[in-house]
Amino acid sequence: MSLLLPVQILLLVFVLFAASRAVLQFRGGTIRFGALSFWLLIWTVALVAIFYPEQTTEIARILGIGRGVDVVVYASIAILFYLVFRLHVYQENIRTEISQLIREVSLKEVKSKK
Amino acid sequence: MKTLIIVPAYNEAGVIVDTLTTLRASMYENIVVADILVVDDGSADNTGKLSLPLADFVLTHSRNCGLGAALATGIEFARRQGYDYCVTFDSDGQHDAGDIPKALTKLESGYDVVIGSRFIGTHSGMPKARRVVLFTSNLITFLFFGIWTSDSQSGFRGLSKKAIQSIAIKSNRMEVSSEFFGEIYRLGLNFAEIPIHIRYTPYSLKKGQKNSASASVLLKLIYMLTR
Repeated sequence: MSLLLPVQILLLVFVLFAASRAVLQFRGGTIRFGALSFWLLIWTVALVAIFYPEQTTEIARILGIGRGVDVVVYASIAILFYLVFRLHVYQENIRTEISQLIREVSLKEVKSKK
Repeated sequence: MKTLIIVPAYNEAGVIVDTLTTLRASMYENIVVADILVVDDGSADNTGKLSLPLADFVLTHSRNCGLGAALATGIEFARRQGYDYCVTFDSDGQHDAGDIPKALTKLESGYDVVIGSRFIGTHSGMPKARRVVLFTSNLITFLFFGIWTSDSQSGFRGLSKKAIQSIAIKSNRMEVSSEFFGEIYRLGLNFAEIPIHIRYTPYSLKKGQKNSASASVLLKLIYMLTR
């Protein structure tokens, strides 16, 4: 591997930071093992793309896409869509849990005219 | 047989007294013996306070959680208090209390869930755009939950004890209407439709489910299936 380009150094720092956050969240019990594996896989693939960009060109050729960088952009958009979707699901679950709490409180404080 | 009328209400101070008074009068007229429960879904006005002299019970959500959450609270109350039947009834005055005996008769004949349909009854003043949206909602309900109904968004429903005990509502907002059909399918409940009379007033059209909210309801249904 030749000398790293400035952009590769920046991306490397970002990926290491992001991966360390995933590990810390797993240790803290915020995310489960499945989520940790998902994130580590994503960041490992990102590392490969950073250090061996020519590999993305190979994948692009197999998929019939013009350039390697396009594969990265398309894949990123797909992953972002998925993550936004998961975030909405998570938000809905939180909303349901809050409603359950409010329900329990209301059922304990029933007002009756009888 | 213990029967509960569940009236979910959010900021209905302007009409709740009329709705409950009419409901009481009609129950008296039709010899319907039932308790009335108002679920005040975090109203900013005095909906709950106005309801108390006219309802048998009032439950108050400390925050606005949405129609689905309010109905789930009402059903949970019916479950804990051992009611045999319950009927969900809109608080905006568009439902006719005269339809309640028809729903109860169907439930007594062995149906688990009774849906009041606006499309096999008489309905005055339903805008054309609303009809198109409702038909699309029926189609989506069928695609998502495998049950065809003529009125998937109806707020008038009757539930048997079996349904009260087993239906588990998870959605918080307007998507609850479709979710009821998901539960009917999941639990293998038998359901019937009855014609109901609806009065569309400028107030009920303003307060009710907006046509523009359909996209949001569709998204929520997708989220619900992927939880």
